[in-house]
Amino acid sequence: MDSKLVIDTGDTAWMLISSALVMLMTPGLAFFYGGLVRRKNILGVLMQCFIILAALSLQWVLFGYSLSFAPGNGFLGSLQWFGLNGVGLEPYSDYSATIPHQAFMIFQGMFAVITPALIIGAFAERMKFSAFLVFTLLWATFVYDPMAHMVWGVGGWLRNLGALDFAGGTVVHINAGIAALVTAIVIGKRKCYKKHPTSPHNLPFSVLGAALLWFGWFGFNAGSALGANGVAVNAFVVTNTAAAAAALCWALLDWKFNRNPTMLGTISGAVAGLVAITPAAGFVGIGGAIAIGLLSSVFCFIAVGFIKHKFGYDDSLDAFGIHGVGGIWGSLATGLFALKSINPAGADGLFAGNPKLFLVQIAATAATMVYAFVATYILFKLVDKFIGVRVVEEEEAMGLDLTQHNERAYTMLE
Amino acid sequence: MKLIIAIIQPHRLELVKDALYDADVNLITVSEVLGHGRQKGVAEVYRGIKETGNLLRKIRLEIAVNDNFVDKTIEAITKGACTGSIGDGKIFVLDLAECVRIRTSEKGSSAIG
Repeated sequence: MDSKLVIDTGDTAWMLISSALVMLMTPGLAFFYGGLVRRKNILGVLMQCFIILAALSLQWVLFGYSLSFAPGNGFLGSLQWFGLNGVGLEPYSDYSATIPHQAFMIFQGMFAVITPALIIGAFAERMKFSAFLVFTLLWATFVYDPMAHMVWGVGGWLRNLGALDFAGGTVVHINAGIAALVTAIVIGKRKCYKKHPTSPHNLPFSVLGAALLWFGWFGFNAGSALGANGVAVNAFVVTNTAAAAAALCWALLDWKFNRNPTMLGTISGAVAGLVAITPAAGFVGIGGAIAIGLLSSVFCFIAVGFIKHKFGYDDSLDAFGIHGVGGIWGSLATGLFALKSINPAGADGLFAGNPKLFLVQIAATAATMVYAFVATYILFKLVDKFIGVRVVEEEEAMGLDLTQHNERAYTMLE
Repeated sequence: MKLIIAIIQPHRLELVKDALYDADVNLITVSEVLGHGRQKGVAEVYRGIKETGNLLRKIRLEIAVNDNFVDKTIEAITKGACTGSIGDGKIFVLDLAECVRIRTSEKGSSAIG
């Protein structure tokens, strides 16, 4: 846009790498979730994640990016950048003055891909593939894109309110987490739920997936600095620190309350910590990161272990319990622990003597929850009415691999 | 004493188990097996190529019962496993010569339940 802007090669290189790191999170998530389902459903999960990578990549370059980031009103962008028209290889100073506009676009595109994939954990093992595909495209267009605009887009009303969301606590995690809760409730429990608790069919897959998520999250958070600079380094360090604190904390909670430290608990903790540090990564220091990480495990541990059973919804792989709850905590915690000394572009939080930021964070968190809840409910109900979101009982018993894709993951004999 | 062996559809296992528990038959051994009867296997599609005649996954149940439990057990398995389509499976009933409980060395009828 502004021809005087100069492309910084270091920043650009880092953003390309970050985009690739975030891309890897979606297959990472696929294995994280895939290991947790029964073995008759793993291809169903992998396929849902992989098809999102394909479908949402196209949605994004065609109109998703434009709806999210093109100049518009306080709630939504416009179709001005349809098909990346006007999104070129020069920097666009409103978003990133030192990298090509398309680098910013593709980095954001990877976020748009992984966010709907997070919801899969809620309706795993029982959703019809066709309905899933339609719902995902609708959700990306009518929930994710407006949310991204409100928080990150120029003119977005939450951005103007002064809400801090460094890498997507509201847009990605609360948004997907609430959508997960809604879809889990609307689609109903799996037939086997409660009567026969289902064991993960391949925990090593889940560990591999969680490790890839942790790795990719460096791109997600440190990349959100949009440059190879000090803020990026801060984000990298606090991301790793929060994940470590949360993983350790969950293992200890397991040890204390469930007799043994468990592998699944430890990776769940790591993901919870990564989720919670996401909105705060560019604004808090090490102390804040440790506090955010430790407490994220405490809150998510309670959500997954007690609240879910008390209310009886079948959020099968705890998409709400970890992303929703961790995201809400992280978004609020940003208002507690943020420090202007870490990032002058940020603000001081409550503990640095600025209660206003905490109130703004509460408002942004609540707004995201309300919008995600209402919009997801309407879309999911619509898809249910026209296509039907759930497979029939016999298909659920036979598994999604065979009934939705006509394949199976594992053979018994050669 | 009889040994009941049943071959059923994998996706009916939970229903068969429920029916057996309702009939007070609590001791079963379950294994996963491959085979096919008259329906000759399912067609799976890989890269557009239909692979027919694949052996089908089935569940094999083994249940040792005293004579007064035979009919109840067969009824329960039938109730849980029957869908009315080809491939529902079969039930075999065999005479059982002996049964020994390893822990106590008990033999015969009392060792079964």
